[in-house]
Amino acid sequence: MSAANPSSAVRRASAVNPAWRYGRPALVLLLAGLAVGVPLWLVAVTSAKPQAEAITPNLDLPRHWQPGGNYEEAVSQGEMLHGFLNSLLVVVPSVALVLILGAGAAWVFARRKSKLVSAAYAICISGLLLPPAVITIVMELRQLGLAGTRPGMIAVYTGMYLSTSIFFMTGFIRAIPVELEEAARMDGASPLRIFRQIILPLLRPVIATATIMVMLYAWSDIFYAFFVLGGGEKATLPLNLYKVASAQLYLNNWHLVFAYVVVMSLPMVAIFLVAQRKIVSGITSGAVK
Amino acid sequence: MADTAIRTRTQKPAPAKGRGGKVGRLPRAAVHHPWWFALPAIVVFAAFFLVPNLLNFYYPFTNWSSYHPDIAFTGLDNFTTIAHDGSLLRAIRTTLLYALLAAVFQNGFGLGLALLLEADSRFNRFFRAVFFLPVLISALATGYIFQSLFNQDGAVNGLLGTDIPWLGSTSWTLVLVTVIHGWKWMGLSMLIYLAGLKGIPGEMLEAAKCDGAGPWRTFWSVRWPMLAPALTFNVTTALIGSMNTFDIVQATTGGGPAGSTEVFNIYMFRIFGQGLYAQASAMSLVLFLVVVAVAIPLVIGLRRREQLL
Repeated sequence: MSAANPSSAVRRASAVNPAWRYGRPALVLLLAGLAVGVPLWLVAVTSAKPQAEAITPNLDLPRHWQPGGNYEEAVSQGEMLHGFLNSLLVVVPSVALVLILGAGAAWVFARRKSKLVSAAYAICISGLLLPPAVITIVMELRQLGLAGTRPGMIAVYTGMYLSTSIFFMTGFIRAIPVELEEAARMDGASPLRIFRQIILPLLRPVIATATIMVMLYAWSDIFYAFFVLGGGEKATLPLNLYKVASAQLYLNNWHLVFAYVVVMSLPMVAIFLVAQRKIVSGITSGAVK
Repeated sequence: MADTAIRTRTQKPAPAKGRGGKVGRLPRAAVHHPWWFALPAIVVFAAFFLVPNLLNFYYPFTNWSSYHPDIAFTGLDNFTTIAHDGSLLRAIRTTLLYALLAAVFQNGFGLGLALLLEADSRFNRFFRAVFFLPVLISALATGYIFQSLFNQDGAVNGLLGTDIPWLGSTSWTLVLVTVIHGWKWMGLSMLIYLAGLKGIPGEMLEAAKCDGAGPWRTFWSVRWPMLAPALTFNVTTALIGSMNTFDIVQATTGGGPAGSTEVFNIYMFRIFGQGLYAQASAMSLVLFLVVVAVAIPLVIGLRRREQLL
């Protein structure tokens, strides 16, 4: 009786389902087309149109294709390559520092137990909730001689995103059995060695997550870059995009704006596609516990 | 946790004795997980996050600006200025409303997508990635995309054959911008809700089925309560994160029309550009206080709810 019950319940459930079985994929397709397809289509076609066609952005295919010309113009006028390089020079060191410093701190926070440790941990993850005081950051950087420099920008991003990596990594390390470390310690391994050879490799999934999150934030940030770097020599890609788009009022250059948007987004999409599985598992294991 | 602690205690003496001279009388934790692993992070965080936030309790009370060669204490002048010109209350109201609506849309879209794409099929995995795409596009770019969609001579009006000033309403544009915010971040919420759904034990759902619960009943009585941790995380990050919003608003409306979408960060950006640093800093301090006032009860409340359920 009890064995028959669940199977009949399952059968009943799947009997309710047919409408849902075909309706659901149709709904998914419709939503994906409308919500994601339309905006991305707009970006793709507009970035391939000549200026005259792009003035009023619409979903029509370009009558005259000139993607090459647009991207070339964006590169030369919008200083795209320069911005790309500037972005890399700021984002890569920031991510590296966030990961290395964050992992070290997370290890100590996860393993040691004292009031001092939990206080330090609480302070270090307070950045998850508290907003960075961007105006006085500028003041402090000026006094340190770091205003408008890449090291200044790197320091600001690192300080800002350390909380995220420490939070995710501490949770993750707590789930790693201490016995692994103890075994290595018995063999005479130093803390540095244990950290490098046991903890860091095990952290790989959460490192993938933290990497993509911090990279995403730093790569697309314009707010803090505006205050710290300003518009000049060191301007990152988003700052350049902002400049190109602000000229919009006089130039109506949607074709350039969207060429820029494509170039700016592709690296992130590529990274996501490569590391997708790790990112997803990392996000999910870190957030829901 | 407890039993591993006990086991380490009984195992420890052997290696400690072996290197007794080197280790001396330092406590074990200090030898095995020394502070200097954490110090660089603490120093950087303190120098570039904590110190600026502490300075932010001083500079709003000065006349710091690009017009004064040196900085003098002026008391509450900056606060009275922003209170009198109305920007203070407006920024608070706009930001709170923005955060609330953005959190609602982001979580609504995210939960809907998670339920829609819950089963682990190839079809669903593909579309999860599709709905995650907006997360990968920078917020500034997202803003421009939707500006060209909702511009009065933009694609949406062109498609519908209408002539609606989507971004020109002093009451509804804010709502539209929060929908855009929800659109950008729905993929992240979806992932976290999916993780929450996956964490529900299968026996529980089977038991509900045996008891004759339909999909609706199962959702409200079993799945929704079990989603509490995911909800806590999503609501907190969405609400607090969107109080710090800038890019999407700047790119779609720039704070307009008539300042109706001028959130804290837009105000700071504008006033800083005019060289009124202390005044911008005053607004930054208010943002800090508002975030603290929202975050603490929110986290406590959601945690308590998790335990009740």
